[in-house]
Amino acid sequence: MSRLDYRSITDEQRAVQLNAIGVASCNELIADIPSEIRLHEALAIEGGMDEIALVCHVGELAAENKQLVCFAGGGCYDHHIPAFIDHIVRRPEFFTAYTPYQPEASQGTLQAIYEYQTAMCRLTAMAVSNASMYDGATALAEAALMAVRHARGKRPVVVAAETLNPQYLEVLTTYAQSGLMQTHVASIEKMCAIGTDSADGVVDSDTVAAILIGYPNYYGIYENVAKVVESAHAIGALAIVCANPLLLALGESPGVLGADIVCGEAQCFGSPMSFGGPGLGYLCATERLMRLMPGRIVGRTCDADGADGFVLTLATREQHIRREKATSNICSNHALNALAAGAYLTFHGADGLAAVAQRCVEGARSLYERLIATDSFAPFNISSVDTDEASVRSYEFAVRYTGPGSLAELYDTLVVQGILPGIVVADDVLLVAVTERRNAAELDRFVEGVNRYAASAR
Amino acid sequence: MPLPPGKSEIEVMRHYQYLASRNFGLDTGMYPLGSCTMKYNPRVNEDLCRLEGFTALHPAQPIATAQGALRLMYELAADLAEITGFAATTLAPAAGAHGEYTALMMFRAALEARGDARQTVIIPDTAHGTNPATVALCGYKTITVASNENGTIDLDALREVLDTDVAALMLTNPNTLGLFEPDIGKITAMAHDVGAFAYCDGANLNALMGITRIAEAGFDALHINLHKTFAAPHGGGGPGAGPVCVTSELAPYLPTPVVALREENYVFETPAHTIGRVRSWYGNFSVLVRAYAYLKALGAEGLREVSEQAIISANYVRTQLRDAFDMPYDRPCMHEFVLSGTRQKKESGVRTLDIAKRLLDYGFHPPTVYFPLIVDECMMIEPTETEPLKTLDAFIEAMRAIATEASSNPAMLHAAPQTLPVRRLDETAAARDVVVADLPATNPS
Ligand SMILES: Cc1ncc(COP(=O)(O)O)c(C=O)c1O
Repeated sequence: MSRLDYRSITDEQRAVQLNAIGVASCNELIADIPSEIRLHEALAIEGGMDEIALVCHVGELAAENKQLVCFAGGGCYDHHIPAFIDHIVRRPEFFTAYTPYQPEASQGTLQAIYEYQTAMCRLTAMAVSNASMYDGATALAEAALMAVRHARGKRPVVVAAETLNPQYLEVLTTYAQSGLMQTHVASIEKMCAIGTDSADGVVDSDTVAAILIGYPNYYGIYENVAKVVESAHAIGALAIVCANPLLLALGESPGVLGADIVCGEAQCFGSPMSFGGPGLGYLCATERLMRLMPGRIVGRTCDADGADGFVLTLATREQHIRREKATSNICSNHALNALAAGAYLTFHGADGLAAVAQRCVEGARSLYERLIATDSFAPFNISSVDTDEASVRSYEFAVRYTGPGSLAELYDTLVVQGILPGIVVADDVLLVAVTERRNAAELDRFVEGVNRYAASAR
Repeated sequence: MPLPPGKSEIEVMRHYQYLASRNFGLDTGMYPLGSCTMKYNPRVNEDLCRLEGFTALHPAQPIATAQGALRLMYELAADLAEITGFAATTLAPAAGAHGEYTALMMFRAALEARGDARQTVIIPDTAHGTNPATVALCGYKTITVASNENGTIDLDALREVLDTDVAALMLTNPNTLGLFEPDIGKITAMAHDVGAFAYCDGANLNALMGITRIAEAGFDALHINLHKTFAAPHGGGGPGAGPVCVTSELAPYLPTPVVALREENYVFETPAHTIGRVRSWYGNFSVLVRAYAYLKALGAEGLREVSEQAIISANYVRTQLRDAFDMPYDRPCMHEFVLSGTRQKKESGVRTLDIAKRLLDYGFHPPTVYFPLIVDECMMIEPTETEPLKTLDAFIEAMRAIATEASSNPAMLHAAPQTLPVRRLDETAAARDVVVADLPATNPS
C-alpha cells in the first residue's frame, strides 16, 4: 500500500490544470515568494504512512497511556456518555460543516445550538446563553471582562473567590495582564465585607465591577452564594457565578439566587475527558447584559415565506463585524461540544439529569464517609467556609490525609493499583470526584487500597 | 423554569436526523470558503482520536501514566515548528483567535521585560476580524494600514505608522486576498527596526508547507489553525486548535505548561518567563490527535504536495472565472483568490449575496463573502487540494451560469435559494426582536 493522500487530482489532471492556467509548473505561480526564503530541502517530518501503519502507530501511542479508575475531577469528569451521542456527533452533516454563516444551509447546526442555548438558560435560570466558549476558564475570564465593560471603565476590579478552580484563577490573572481589568483574590468573608466598615485591606467598593464565586467551589463546597450576590449588588457590582451545570439539576439555579452572569465548564454534558480538551465553556447572562456578551448567539427568525428558521444574531457584538470594538475576539468556539450537550440534555430532561446528578452525589457521599471511617482521612475545612462534613452536596470533596506515611505515597500506591484517587491539591489534601460511572466494587478497591497502604506504612 | 421531561433515544435520534438533513457539510458538497480551508476530514483521524487510550485520559493523572499523550504532543509541537521554521510551540490555544491572543500577550510580556511598554499594533486593512479584536483584548490600540493597488502592504504607508510605540505588526501571509507579500523580509525588518515584533496569522498556512518556512521571512510568532491546514474538522463552528510557534527569543514566555523531553521521559514544564495559563489543562487534545495523524500520514512530501495542489487548484478556478467576474487582483494567487461582484451589481442589481445564495441551489456552499473588506462585493474562493477536478469544473460551470443568470434573470437570483429547507432568512428581524431561547416571557432577568 502507498502512503495516505487525500488529494483527488491525478498527475494527468494536474497537467490539464497547469495547461489551462498557462504555466509549466507550480513554481511559476509562487514567484512572489522571495527566493531567499524558498525551501530547497525536504522538511524533516517523519511520516508518509499508509492507513495500516498509521492506525498501528497512533494505536501504540494510545496504548502507552494507562487507563485508571478515575476519581479525579477538578473541572474534568469521567461521566457516562450515552452511546448514541457520539453517533450524532459523528454525523458528517454536523462535524464537517463550517460556522453557520450561511443560515439557509445550516439550519441543523443553528437549531441544535438554539436548543442548547434554551437548555442552558433553563438550567441556570438566565435569559441568554451564547453558543459556547472554549472552556470554563476562558468563559470565566470573558465573563469578568464583560462586567468591566458593563461598568464602562469606571470599575476596573474583579474580585474572585480564592476557592475558585486554581486554573481558572490563573487564566483570569493572565487575561488581566492586558491592563483591561485588575483582579483581586479574596476569601468569601472578605468579599462579603467589601463596602462595609469591617473591610480593612480589601478593595475600594466603588472600583469593583464584579464578584466571582464558584457554585460549588473547587473543593465541592457550596459557599453562601446568595449572600455573595447580595453583597455584590449592594456595592453596585455584578455577581458572576461559576457553576457546575450538572449540579444545577439538584440545587437552586444561580439566576434565582440573583446572579448576573453564570458560566463554567459543561464537559460533563456528553464530552469525553480527552486529556482535558476540548471541553465546553458556557456563558449565560441576564437580558440587560445580552449585548455585552462575547461569542456567537443563535436567534429565531423567519424566512421569506414566513417559515420559522434560525440565524446567528446580534453579530454587531462580534469580531467579524465590529473588529476592534467587538466584545471579544472569539471566532471558532466549541459548537460540536455544545451540540453534544444539547442532545444529552434533550435525552435526559429534568428528571434524568437530576437522577444522574443524584447518583454522583450519593457515590461521593458514600466514599467520603468510608474514607473518613478509615481514620486515615479527616474532613478538610478551608478557613473561610463552615461546612457540615456530614452533608456532601456535590460529587467532589476534599479530604485531609492524616494516616501514616504520606498522601503522595498513598497516591502512587493507588495509581499502581489502577486507581486515580483524585487530585493532590496540597501536601496532605486530596480532591476526590465520584461520577455515576464509579461502581461499588471500584469504591471498595479505593477504600481497601487506603487501608492496605495505611497498614503497611504504619 | 426547569428543563422539559426527557425523550426516548429514538425520539432524540430522529430529531438529530432531521436536523442533520437540514445542514450542509463538507461531505455534502464543495465548500470553497476562502480563508477557512475546508478540506476533507479524513475518517481514520476521527477513529484515532476516539481511541480509549486518549478519550479516557484524565488530565490530572500522573504524567508517567500518560506518556503516549505527551509524546504525541511533543512530536506534534516539534513538527509544527519544523514546518514553520520556529524554535518552540505551544499547543494550548483553543482556536486561531486564542492563538493570536496568546502570541500578543507574549509580545507584551517580552516588551515589558525590557522596560518598553508600548501601545499599538499595526494591521493591514485586509486583516481578519479576529486580528483587531485580539489587539483590543490584549489592551492595545489598532492602527490600520491601507494596502496598495497590488493588494499587499504599502511600504510607505507602513513606514509612516511605524514608531517606537508599536508593539507588533500583525500580518496574514499569504494575505486574505490570497497573495504572498513579496516584500515580506523588508516588512518584518522594518518592524524590528523600531523594536516591534512581527506576527503572522497562519490561517493560510495551507499554501506554504514545504515551500517556505515562514519564520525565515522574519516573523517572531505565528498561530496555526489545525482545523484548517491540518484537516481537523470545523465541527459546525468548533472546536479547533490554534497552536502558536515562536522564536527562541520568545520561547521563555510561552504559556504554561509546555511538553519537554527529559532523559527519555516526557514532562510538563513551566517556561521561565511564562505569561501564565491561557486555558484549563493543556490544549484541545483530541484535535491535536487528528492533526498528528494527518501529519504522520502525509509526511514531508505529502505536505508539500498538499500546498502545491492547493495553489494549482486555486489558480485553475481563478483563470476559468476570470472573464465571468471582475478580478480586482488579476495575477497568480496562492491557495485562494478573490472575485468581485461589482459588474453584476452595476449591470443588473444582483449582489454578491444573491450569487452566494444561488450557488446553494446549484449544490455548492458559497465562498466567503464580503471579506476582505477592501474588495467591493467580495467573493473569496479557496477550493483546497482535496476537491476533485470534476467538482472544480462543476463549480466553475455553476459560477459562469450564475453570471449569465445575473443578466438574464436577476429576479431569480434575488429569490435564491429555492431548493433549501428554508428560503432566505430575515437577519434584521432576528436582531430587532431578539429571541435566543424558548422561555416564558417572565423569565427572571
Ligand atoms: C485569517 C484568519 N485569521 C484568524 C481566524 C480565526 O480563527 P479561529 O476561528 O480558529 O479563531 C480565521 C478564521 O476564521 C481566519 O480566516
